[in-house]
Amino acid sequence: MSLSELVFGRLSWDALPLHVPIVLATFVVVAVLGVALLGAITYFRLWGTLWRDWFTSIDHKKIGIMYMVLGIVMLLRGFADALMMRLQQAMAFGDNAGYLPPEHYDQIFTAHGVIMIFFVAMPLVTGLMNYLVPLQIGARDVAFPFLNNFSFWMTTFGAILVMASLFIGEFAKTGWLAYPPLSGIEYSPDVGVDYYIWALQIAGVGTLLSGVNLIATIVKMRAPGMNLMKMPVFTWTALCTNVLIVAAFPVLTAVLALLSLDRYAGTHFFTNDAGGNPMMYINLIWIWGHPEVYILILPLFGAFSEIVPTFTGKRLFGYTSMVYATVCITILSYLVWLHHFFTMGSGASVNSFFGITTMIISIPTGAKIFNWLFTMYRGRIRFEVPMLWTLGFMSTFVIGGMTGVMLAVPPADFVLHNSLFLIAHFHNVIIGGVVFGLFAAINYWAPKALGFRLDPFWGKCSFWFWLTGFVLAFAPLYVLGFMGVTRRLSHFDDPSLQVWFVMALIGALLILCGIVCMLVQFYVSWRKRDELRDISGDPWNGRTLEWSTSSPPPDYNFAFTPRVHDTDAWHDMKRRGYERPTTGFTDIHMPKNTGAGFIIAALCALCGFALIWHMWLVAGVSFAAMLVAVIVHTFNYNRDFHIPAADVVRTEDARTQALAAAHV
Amino acid sequence: MRAFPATPVATTRMSAFRFPRRAAVLASLLPLAGCGTVVFNASGDVARQQGTLIVHSTLLMLLVIVPVLALIGIVAWRYRQSNRAATYTPEWDHSTQLELVIWMVPLLIIIALGAITWISTHTLDPYRPLDRIGKGRAVAADVKPLVVDVVALDWKWLFIYPEQGIATVNEMAAPVDRPIRFNITASSVMNSFFIPAVAGQIYAMPGMQTQLHAVVNEPGTYEGFSANYSGAGFSHMRFAFRGLDEVGFEQWVAQARSHSAPLDRPAYLQLEKPSENVPVAFYGQVDAGLFDAVLNRCVAPGTTCMNQMMMRDMHANGGAAHHHATE
Repeated sequence: MSLSELVFGRLSWDALPLHVPIVLATFVVVAVLGVALLGAITYFRLWGTLWRDWFTSIDHKKIGIMYMVLGIVMLLRGFADALMMRLQQAMAFGDNAGYLPPEHYDQIFTAHGVIMIFFVAMPLVTGLMNYLVPLQIGARDVAFPFLNNFSFWMTTFGAILVMASLFIGEFAKTGWLAYPPLSGIEYSPDVGVDYYIWALQIAGVGTLLSGVNLIATIVKMRAPGMNLMKMPVFTWTALCTNVLIVAAFPVLTAVLALLSLDRYAGTHFFTNDAGGNPMMYINLIWIWGHPEVYILILPLFGAFSEIVPTFTGKRLFGYTSMVYATVCITILSYLVWLHHFFTMGSGASVNSFFGITTMIISIPTGAKIFNWLFTMYRGRIRFEVPMLWTLGFMSTFVIGGMTGVMLAVPPADFVLHNSLFLIAHFHNVIIGGVVFGLFAAINYWAPKALGFRLDPFWGKCSFWFWLTGFVLAFAPLYVLGFMGVTRRLSHFDDPSLQVWFVMALIGALLILCGIVCMLVQFYVSWRKRDELRDISGDPWNGRTLEWSTSSPPPDYNFAFTPRVHDTDAWHDMKRRGYERPTTGFTDIHMPKNTGAGFIIAALCALCGFALIWHMWLVAGVSFAAMLVAVIVHTFNYNRDFHIPAADVVRTEDARTQALAAAHV
Repeated sequence: MRAFPATPVATTRMSAFRFPRRAAVLASLLPLAGCGTVVFNASGDVARQQGTLIVHSTLLMLLVIVPVLALIGIVAWRYRQSNRAATYTPEWDHSTQLELVIWMVPLLIIIALGAITWISTHTLDPYRPLDRIGKGRAVAADVKPLVVDVVALDWKWLFIYPEQGIATVNEMAAPVDRPIRFNITASSVMNSFFIPAVAGQIYAMPGMQTQLHAVVNEPGTYEGFSANYSGAGFSHMRFAFRGLDEVGFEQWVAQARSHSAPLDRPAYLQLEKPSENVPVAFYGQVDAGLFDAVLNRCVAPGTTCMNQMMMRDMHANGGAAHHHATE
């Protein structure tokens, strides 16, 4: 092996997409925008601030916001993929081959799924939990602040690897779960599946560690008086989600490790020959994959459980049954994975068992819907933007739930499996549940994180575009599923289907308007930030502890740790005439920022990139460097500091004056 | 809160589903049923039962979905902030009776649906030989199912008829009302064998055999395809399924036999190579052991068949019982 092979592996100039006009044009646009962004950061001299105050920050609030930014940026990429697919499918009929050849189209649907799940939904959900959990339980940070920063960077570098595949080489052409034997070395010899494997391995480590972190935080760091049955429902759902993460993600790591052994070391776990069995991969990936969908939805169930009581001015109906429903879903989510492949030839009794366990999940989920409904019953409902998203969720999610139960009946699944009906179903629950939930949560908690509310006009525009666009984009897919149209097709023969795909494309364009309105909403809100400013710290008349501190909260969150007597702790404090303490502040012990998380994660990504391209020397060196960085970091004893009492007094006095000036 | 369907309603409606005619009337209420969709207008008994099952389970769930959707709208409107006439009970957060109802209503529906699931999953198990070819039409005792061995190739379908000694590519035929037994495997990657008008799908996997029992009741040409993404040529991996009367089927077989080219092992190895948009082809003769060799991955000269290798391993291990990869 020559030196250049050791250094560059199979990477050559051919890996650049110079011969694919669409990718080349995208590359030029991204490069221009990227250079402009970097130039602006340099021009405004923001590098120092970014590095000191954000990239190296171990403050859970800043990490939470960075996760949200990552998720929204990746949403734009994932949605661009969606638009390209919708356009191709609306065009490619009969003699018209569309504008995307199969090898390009197949990468796009794979990337769309991977990005939307791993790099949009996961960062947004994790960011939300990161931001809110410590505030809701009256803590000053998470249990392991450095680990939190490291987790964030691992997720981000995973996303960077996926983005790199767009311009250097190619992405997997296997579908988002990369079923072997198609994803094996024999049928996918290119770098695409390797990008998939290493991006998910690196991001997966981040997710797993973040799960460990949040469990420890919730279990060990709750304010005095907050026993488990006094925790806010969002924190409960965060706890269950992180239990799912810790139990499920190692399975993903293991199954991807076995697949990489097949691809790199010539083993036969999932090959056709020599005793390999692809069915094992499919079982393992869904043992992770099914809990994953509950990892995504549970925190949003929690968010709705905070939003509905606030905007109805009423206690949550059935707190206890809400908690038990969440725990039921957590446990049941491990007993249903086989419903993703009823058609793989299991016996009737096995199929019925998994079909029925799947249906059973709809019972606690249904109970939750009823609980929100009865919270609204005899309330005083304010139709602010978060509440609109919540109502949009409730009315679309029940339909998605129903179609899910239809798919859970095995003989029905035999005709609907892998069809566009399935696509419509899971977008119905993921958009109607997770995405609507995230937008509800972003609008609800933005004043806490940013210090000002988001503009309601543009928020409502975004909501209505999304809702109508979503219905128009996916209702046709349900119909097409009944017509026996299967997923992942890049070309159709039957011209009578075209009208439905055109409708779906129009729906996707309306969703595009919704996304644009959301970006405009962010911009307008920033421009009107003084008008929309939240001085009180409690703009919605909230009920949980995060609303008891200022917006945005000080670095230390709470000058004094609150005492909790009720599930709606802050509502209870307000009712009993709580007076905010203005004296008696002491030094506050806090963790110190560190660049170690960024550096270690960057070295992991470099190692991953080198492994993708078989650059063995670079892989070895970066792996060694990563180990060294970890060891060096363990000798860093300069990890904490005290915020002097004088600084706390200054911050709290400023708030006292602001509150007095605003007569709050 | 009268809008919740009480349990008796659910059970009486349930019994109504036993009568297909009434169910068919109800089904016509479904807006989608009228669109000429293949799932609700199937031409084979198995697919028809699967379509009916979808309608039944949907109606059963609508018993709770429709009231919930209506309640969301009604409650949201009635308890809007500006409606000062509406009752406001900010501290009310629990009612044992209501909690019982909201857990029991979904539970009862799921019990009913669970029972339907258990029964239908067993009666419509693709591995189970058919005992009927239509409603009230049992399979006659002397009728043997037509056997078709199916191989999913990159990216076309091979059908081998062991009884008739013929093979075809991208077109198959079967006599109307005669049960068919498909033995299904694949050459390279996973596919899914699906003829929506005739029966639900089942995966086609290399080195493994799955089975499907089905029947076509109406003459005609129906679309078949792979329902599981399998790579670049996947979109065009389609075939025609022709339901023919007895005479028509005999003619179709005779037509296939008239093609002198045999499907022997070299021809198969040639055919197996990846290709797209493959035209229909017929082989008048077929190597008798070919399907078995494909299944055990030993068509190419000099390769050991998987079943032989396993048998050897089993003997080497002192005859310990091993599971077969093939069913």
